[in-house]
Amino acid sequence: MTINEIQDELIEDFSFFDDWMAKYEYIIQLGKELPLIDYRFKKDEYLIKGCQSKVWLHADHQDGKVAFTADSDAIITKGLVALMVKVLSGHTPNEIVESDLYFIDQIGLQEHLSPTRANGLLSMVKQMKLYAAALNAKV
Amino acid sequence: MEQVAVLEHFDVEQIRQDFPILTRTVNNRPLVYLDNGATTQKPRQVIDAIVEYYTQLNSNVHRGVHHLSQLATDAFEVTRRKLKPFINATHEHEIILTKGTTESINLVAACYGRAFVGAGDEVIISAMEHHSNIVPWQMCCEERGATLKVIPINEAGELDMDAYRSMLSDRTRMVAITYVSNALGTVNPVNEIIGLAHAAGAPVLLDAAQAVQHLTIDVQALDVDFLAFSGHKMYGPTGVGVLYGKEKWLDAMPPYQGGGEMIKEVTFEKTTYNELPFKYEAGTPNIEAGICLAHAIDYINAVGLDRIARYEHELLEYATQRLLAVPGLRMVGTAREKSSVLSFLLADAHPYDVGVILDKLGIAVRTGHHCTQPLMDYYGIPGTVRASIAMYNTKADIDALVAGVERSAAMLL
Repeated sequence: MTINEIQDELIEDFSFFDDWMAKYEYIIQLGKELPLIDYRFKKDEYLIKGCQSKVWLHADHQDGKVAFTADSDAIITKGLVALMVKVLSGHTPNEIVESDLYFIDQIGLQEHLSPTRANGLLSMVKQMKLYAAALNAKV
Repeated sequence: MEQVAVLEHFDVEQIRQDFPILTRTVNNRPLVYLDNGATTQKPRQVIDAIVEYYTQLNSNVHRGVHHLSQLATDAFEVTRRKLKPFINATHEHEIILTKGTTESINLVAACYGRAFVGAGDEVIISAMEHHSNIVPWQMCCEERGATLKVIPINEAGELDMDAYRSMLSDRTRMVAITYVSNALGTVNPVNEIIGLAHAAGAPVLLDAAQAVQHLTIDVQALDVDFLAFSGHKMYGPTGVGVLYGKEKWLDAMPPYQGGGEMIKEVTFEKTTYNELPFKYEAGTPNIEAGICLAHAIDYINAVGLDRIARYEHELLEYATQRLLAVPGLRMVGTAREKSSVLSFLLADAHPYDVGVILDKLGIAVRTGHHCTQPLMDYYGIPGTVRASIAMYNTKADIDALVAGVERSAAMLL
């Protein structure tokens, strides 16, 4: 699936939730299901710096595609990063750098995009694209 | 301008009617505002005064001979006049208007430091200080070659007074302590702290940012040397704060910043400084906020700080009991003397997660380290959820908070 196909599928999934609680319960569930990050990457150098919850993010390059793994000490944040991993993992660095992540707005999570939300989606997106750009430069 | 009548008795519903923002909804729910430690809401009287300032008075202060400038200057000085009895200062000119608590503390650390702190000297702070009462002193000590000493606390969040006693010496140049802890709510034994410091020959600065809106402060009875607080945490506008300093210190210290208003005469060879309080008020101040702070003081006086303190204490006790009944909830900060702050953790849930869910329910709390990272490190936690109360909060607000915390527990644990 392309990045946009995954985004469209998520938008459809979220359209079934009629209140914020169901939506957040789903995000929390995604957080709980996120595969464990390798303990070697749960170090300060893989931390996205913020002031409230911690997010560890690591990018691997396999067969021309980027595989992200992540973790967070806050479960809602972990759910949000799981969403990002779902959308961006398994694509080429170029596709990731060029991606337009319209799903965030459409599933009603734009409030997490505000730069004042400590460790909001914004810093995750930025970091994921930075990793991809760095891998792109290496290729 | 409208005067606020003294209330017959404390009527929280009547008070709430003065705060227009409390009627709005957040996420389709009635707002429950419990982030008063960060900033308080403003009564209509303050909001009206802001509008009146810009529609009737706007002009620069202490400069012009024209009518509006006179009116603005007079109104600005009314605030200073009202602050004097509010904290019972000896002189009006001991009241310096600043941007806020942070600037007030920075001013003392910079100016007092330059005049009185030297190599080998010591400054004492405590483990529960806000970053605003840590970093200025770190900078001061680094610049002057002095040492920063930190009074430890116990698990309940109370100062270790024995440790404090043993830290005081003839090298102590300043004791800078918070009156009420913003993260824990601890009310520190300031009388004893000041008495001991003075016996050792050291002055005391109190960070009263979380105290001045909750309890009556008398700087003469306390015999405190410096007192710092903010307008926006006491129902007033943002951008104005207060530094009270004893005349003898303010006279002896060099000015903070150079510029307009703080000078008497300027030549390229030498400048003579203006007298107090203007010596420390360089540049155009936040005129609107300065003027309108007077209306917040009027409002607090009309309700009465004693009655506010009594009511808030009752509410704090109620909230503490109700929160402690939530399974898995742990209070952080359980000092015997507390004011206005409920800091807690919900089992192993991250404070951020609890904050997000409470926000969805229209409940405003603060989550995180509350600008007290060393304190959070002491407890070995990333932060807390902090509910902080003001005079307009009700038991219904607390009930909503408790229900929200229970909902958070159901979703997160």
